[in-house]
Amino acid sequence: MTVGLEHFLVVGALLFCLGLAVALSKRNAIGVLMGIELMLNAVNLTLLSFSRFQDTPHKVAGQTFVVFVITVAAAEAAVALALAVSVYRNRQTVDVDQLNLLKS
Amino acid sequence: MHGAGPNLAFWVLAALTLVSAGGVMVSRNLLHAVLFLIVSFLGVAGFFILLSAPFLGMAQIIIYVGAIAVLVLFAILLTPRAGRDNGETRWAAPGVLLSIALMAVLLFVITDTKWTTAKDAPEITAADLGQALLSTWVLPFEIASVLLTAALIGSIMLVRSPEEEAEDALQ
Amino acid sequence: MSLLMLITDNWYDIRDLGNVSHEILYQLDRVLPYSLVYIIAALMGFVASFLIFVLPSQLFVGVLGERKIIGRMQSRYGPNRVGKFGLLQPIADAIKLIQKEALTPKAADKAVMYIAPIVFVAPAVLLFAVVPFGGHSVFADIPVSIVYFIAISGLPVLAAFIGGWSHANKYSLFGSMRIVAMTISYEVPLVLSLLSVVLITGTMRLGGHDGIDGIVQWQRDYHIWLIFLQPLAFLIYFFCVSAELNRTPTDIAEAESEIVAGYLTEYSGMKWGLFYGMDIGYALAAAAFASTVFLGGWSMFGLDRWIPSWLIIIAKTHLFYFIFIWTRGTLPRLRIDQLMTFAWKFLLPLSLANLLVIATEKVIWNKATDGNFDNFWVYIFAAVNILLSVAAVFIWARLLGYRPEATPKRPRLVNTASGYVPIPAPSREVR
Repeated sequence: MTVGLEHFLVVGALLFCLGLAVALSKRNAIGVLMGIELMLNAVNLTLLSFSRFQDTPHKVAGQTFVVFVITVAAAEAAVALALAVSVYRNRQTVDVDQLNLLKS
Repeated sequence: MHGAGPNLAFWVLAALTLVSAGGVMVSRNLLHAVLFLIVSFLGVAGFFILLSAPFLGMAQIIIYVGAIAVLVLFAILLTPRAGRDNGETRWAAPGVLLSIALMAVLLFVITDTKWTTAKDAPEITAADLGQALLSTWVLPFEIASVLLTAALIGSIMLVRSPEEEAEDALQ
Repeated sequence: MSLLMLITDNWYDIRDLGNVSHEILYQLDRVLPYSLVYIIAALMGFVASFLIFVLPSQLFVGVLGERKIIGRMQSRYGPNRVGKFGLLQPIADAIKLIQKEALTPKAADKAVMYIAPIVFVAPAVLLFAVVPFGGHSVFADIPVSIVYFIAISGLPVLAAFIGGWSHANKYSLFGSMRIVAMTISYEVPLVLSLLSVVLITGTMRLGGHDGIDGIVQWQRDYHIWLIFLQPLAFLIYFFCVSAELNRTPTDIAEAESEIVAGYLTEYSGMKWGLFYGMDIGYALAAAAFASTVFLGGWSMFGLDRWIPSWLIIIAKTHLFYFIFIWTRGTLPRLRIDQLMTFAWKFLLPLSLANLLVIATEKVIWNKATDGNFDNFWVYIFAAVNILLSVAAVFIWARLLGYRPEATPKRPRLVNTASGYVPIPAPSREVR
């Protein structure tokens, strides 16, 4: 069977859903961040497979978008991990269940 | 995709990526989860190369494996007394259900749509990508660099230790 | 006469092994299915680049020659017991390492500890895939070879990190943190210095031959090595890569006297041997890469018409490797804060300035020649760049407060073995 666009899209969708499950269900804030990174990867994969298989006037657009997503992901990871470390400094935990200061 | 090589590569990469992404979900040790995450990133980089975007594949390895994964490892080591288990919250079940539902919807959409696909891969070199980034997409490019600067300064300010801030306040 | 017959453009032309392998594969392609030929090509590339070049170099230049040369530099004999001149020492070492007991600490994460050496070895093999040994004998002639090299050489750090973490040992963890921190710091000027190379050559392919752009082909076309055109980039690359390779002047990650060999503390037997051997493998890869990018690769100002190109690149690699050995044998270890300061305050501004200068020169070149790049400007740029580099290094070092150390006029350690004589105090304050 020849591999086509659908196969790549299915892999991207599965990866996205796995990332979503990780991000929604993990207790550790760093684990949540890992889920988000997986989701961003799945989005990149989908973008690139469309860019590879679809005939568009802007051929480079898909790859350009992936560059921006990677950039934003790097910035997001740095800020999120800095937040995790700074939360840890104040509360001695990064467990999202215990971070409920607003709930009195 | 023609020939046995790319097809085989697709299945191997799909197995690698998805199994290790599953490993992030099920592994009980947070550091093992990060290692699975790294393998998953490498698999996605392989997909990029398979989709005839070698430059982005390399960028994926440099940025995700070389930088983000290392950042995550550092963050784990910098939070030593936090839990190292990769456990689930009390609200895990709805989250997993939601993602399964989303997966069902996405799979339905993908299989139901008739995709029109081009025969050959467009030849896009790294030079083309750079040309596009600095001509058509120059505004988002500049905004991305501003975003990176903001993230850099912001994360440095966030993780500064209280002692350092006290020293600065004195001056 | 028969020798001259070999130097033709026939398939048995020994100057370029790519011709031979191409001929073999072409003949095989007639009788075998395509996928099998594909695998055979991969195996041939692996055998040619790794088993013929890397492994022997590693054993006899890396393990034996390095110890011999360092011994000579430090006024002692190197290994000289096993075999003639100690030639069999690497094999004896390997046998010793294999039969040693592989210890595993009780608290260690066993799976990770076993995986780490394997993860450390794999990228070293992958790195040699893009090193061109001749116009046509590149194993993987991908158009983004430089980025590939940077990407793959970032992987062993992770292996060292997880290896050090898995021991549940304080010193290993220190070593891991140090290696990661240092690699991240030195990665930035390294990439910037290679970026200036890409900027001036306008290609990211390492090899290239007549008709195909590539860095080696660029150096052949303009009859100049990039080390003359961009001496500062070369220096920055050299410092950064020797810091990343974790060899003695900068081996703070495995400093024996401070943190007990760092991430290697708990490794024993062949697991340690893999780390040790592959350190040499990475040094060879870095040397091959540097000689390809900065020393003209397999070209030699026309001499590659007569000498097999793979011999040229191997000779250059070993020349470069000798510089690694030299620095290792003669320089003392630096402290971690000194290394970090050096990366962020010295190398990073200099590499940014270098990038700026090169970009300006590229624009001047483009404008002055209306897009037809010619040789004349390259030589002018080379002269200007050499002067600018020397000036920049000296001025920036002065601004940062580095001064030439008080150099001793005579050997400070007394050369008679009869007694210890205290070293006289230096005449002025040494910073």
